[in-house]
Amino acid sequence: MTDGAPPLSAVQLDRIAWRRRQSIRSILVAAASTAVLGVLLVVAVTGAPGWDRVRQSFLDPTIAADALPDILRGLWLNVRLLVFCAVGSLALGLVIALLRTLRGPVFFPVRALATSYTYTFRGLPLIIVIYVLTLGVPGLRLQGMPSVLVLGGLALVLTYSGYLAEVFRAGIESVHPSQVAAARSLGLTYRQAMRHVVLPQAVRRVAPPLLNDTVALQKDVGLVSLAGPIDAVRAAQISTAEHFNYTPYIVAGVLFVLLAIPLIAVTDWVTLRAARRQASR
Amino acid sequence: MTAVLSCQGVRKLFGPSVVLDGLDLDVAEHEVVALIGASGSGKSTLLRCVNLLEDLDDGTIHLDGAHITDPRINPDLVRRKIGIVFQAYNLFPHLSVLDNITLAPVRVHKRPAASARSQALALLDRIGLASKAAAFPDRLSGGQQQRVAIVRALVNSPRLLLLDEVTSALDPELVGEVLDLIRDLKADGMTMVLATHEMTFARQVADRVCFLDAGRILEQGSPEQVLDNPVEARTQQFLRRLAPA
Repeated sequence: MTDGAPPLSAVQLDRIAWRRRQSIRSILVAAASTAVLGVLLVVAVTGAPGWDRVRQSFLDPTIAADALPDILRGLWLNVRLLVFCAVGSLALGLVIALLRTLRGPVFFPVRALATSYTYTFRGLPLIIVIYVLTLGVPGLRLQGMPSVLVLGGLALVLTYSGYLAEVFRAGIESVHPSQVAAARSLGLTYRQAMRHVVLPQAVRRVAPPLLNDTVALQKDVGLVSLAGPIDAVRAAQISTAEHFNYTPYIVAGVLFVLLAIPLIAVTDWVTLRAARRQASR
Repeated sequence: MTAVLSCQGVRKLFGPSVVLDGLDLDVAEHEVVALIGASGSGKSTLLRCVNLLEDLDDGTIHLDGAHITDPRINPDLVRRKIGIVFQAYNLFPHLSVLDNITLAPVRVHKRPAASARSQALALLDRIGLASKAAAFPDRLSGGQQQRVAIVRALVNSPRLLLLDEVTSALDPELVGEVLDLIRDLKADGMTMVLATHEMTFARQVADRVCFLDAGRILEQGSPEQVLDNPVEARTQQFLRRLAPA
């Protein structure tokens, strides 16, 4: 590009210099306004009449250090459950969305079941599903009953796949009918058109909302502690009760945010990429 | 000689409106038939019916003597013998040019991927787009996309090629490259039915021009006959409104 190009005119050089001055000015203004806001916030919070009491009961470093190992152990449970539940509910959600798109009279009961599934599990509060599965189902005393942890994970998968199925379905329906027409006209069967033409486009389009629901799932996996297993929030609660101090909750909260950052960053990146792809056509 | 395509009394309704009203049309092997007529006269609908993308409300369509509008037959098997190219190209945006072309040969006709690829590349080379094989459709101009769409329809070696206003969405300067490709296909002996607004093109490439009006073929014959000396008042009116074509 550079070699062979004519030398820049005085007007263009002036333009470049002016733009550079402008961007330096913008950076300085941004830094100054951030500093002012930060100082104001610190002054407002630390200058508040009850600040010392709040600091003692929410931000005690010794208690934080004491509670950290238990909370981390709990967090590991959250991470494992998250992976299991995310994979499970994405897979189940996709299957249910596909079942809802099946055509033909034979599949009427399948369609009806899939539809009522999404109605039921999106309507039913998650806590109730967890109670029924972790407390009710073991009461049946069947042979080979899985652990409460697995049952709790199953409750999460059931609920979240209801949401994810609808996200997938929205994606499938957003692919223009002309794409199916083009695929069918080439001789692809309905299933082949779905598999090779509709689904790849649909999944790309709904990747951001799918990941968004996964971020929400990350916080809800902790609800299995209602049935006994100790997750990070439950560990913080126990520690809080021991010390009569709320610092462990703050520790758990910070850890959750740290855990969410990579997922949210991936979501933002995928969204941005999708937007760019759209813009390029 | 039996006709490649034979439509008898084809009737198609969209709600209360009659789009095709007992239409008859026979197309012989190697014949190129141009369908002309105002928007809404049923040109596109007829092509979609032939490709079984729409169900008929009456009448029959035969392909190579076989009744294809029998609801008991498998439409996928029929479509494999008919290629269709749409006004809006309808390329698959998530697949490269090459994958767009090889999808049907590999998935439908179960051909080995390597042979499908080499055939696709040869066809792309022929239309001067071999360098675009790895590109995605959104990186191509409209004329290039439409030529890829035609190649995609050709790669299955169809008995019959349907072209649905394939130049309507193109800039005037891009129309030529698509029309050149269709002229080449005619030289190869491809049987084609095309809906078009390009009268000059219909005149050059078609063996027969059919003027559709109110869901029927009102007038048909050689291009000179229909375009230069139309008998029917409706045809004269339609051609006059197109002005100097």
